[in-house]
Amino acid sequence: MRLLRARVGTRALAAGILVVALVLAGVLSSFAASTPDGLTKVAQDQGFAASETPHVAADGPFAGYGVDVIGDDRLSGGVAGVVGVLVVLVLAGGLALAVRRRSDEPAPR
Amino acid sequence: MHVPDGFLDAPTSLATGAVAVVAIGLSLRGARHELDDRVAPLAGLVAAFVFAAQMLNFPVGAGTSGHLMGGAIAAVLVGPRTAVLCLSVVLLVQSLLFADGGVSALGTNVVLLGLSTVLVGYAVFRLLAAVLPRRLSMVPVAAGIGAFVSVPAAALVFVGLYAVGGAVDLPLGTLTTAMLGVHLLIGLGEGVITFLAVGSIVAVRPDLVHGARAALGQRVLEVRPSRAGSTGVRA
Repeated sequence: MRLLRARVGTRALAAGILVVALVLAGVLSSFAASTPDGLTKVAQDQGFAASETPHVAADGPFAGYGVDVIGDDRLSGGVAGVVGVLVVLVLAGGLALAVRRRSDEPAPR
Repeated sequence: MHVPDGFLDAPTSLATGAVAVVAIGLSLRGARHELDDRVAPLAGLVAAFVFAAQMLNFPVGAGTSGHLMGGAIAAVLVGPRTAVLCLSVVLLVQSLLFADGGVSALGTNVVLLGLSTVLVGYAVFRLLAAVLPRRLSMVPVAAGIGAFVSVPAAALVFVGLYAVGGAVDLPLGTLTTAMLGVHLLIGLGEGVITFLAVGSIVAVRPDLVHGARAALGQRVLEVRPSRAGSTGVRA
């Protein structure tokens, strides 16, 4: 048995992951490759890309990872990324909290 | 690998939708085996990270790019059942809010990115973890390899779905080669990102990593005051 000292508190780790996610989505996403992704490229090359039908949410304010009212591309993409990170965090985090084992429940074995 | 509306016919989309619903239902029930007060906050953060990372396409050859899928990362960090839930939330938000991935294709995308990558990635991870030395340093290695395998595996699942319900009559051999080729390259990126991401969490808080439990010893970690009075974690 080794005595381990927790090097980073849970809150600090949580903040760290959130900051990373926000920087990735809010800043770095503007510099991401803009070429079509693997599936899209294969679809184009193999001739089934045209069977794609319009998306029902294509007119939404955030469609395409941008904010339609923001003119500047980088800012638009960055804000959309931040919004997405926060929405996912709240939904997934809320779901995890809802289904978790509470501390007064015994661990399943 | 977000599938848009129209690639697959309605019966196939419905079938994958049914599979997705069942899988999510099972994962909702089983996630409580993986999530407790200590680890639950990590799940939301992992989902947020996967969403962010999926926005970062990287080039994989002339004219093509790829992005992280994240199934293996999530499975190793928070457990496979929670991972299915995390990926499903990401896909739902991507489809409804950002029009990335068709709404009628949600079931398909859950099967591809939420199920296939999680199942294959986690299975390969567990296989490797069983044969590699049971050390913390091996966890990100096994995770990275599992992640690498999970991407072409998902590509093959897509080919299978396309064979059943694809909109266009295509020679399957050519489709398989094309999908495998690019997704083996994307898998390399997935493997590297997974190795780095899992490695960084294992380095600072291995007690929070689902896939590191065996390396830490199967007992539940307790926080006990040490004789010197400072708090530590006794494995």
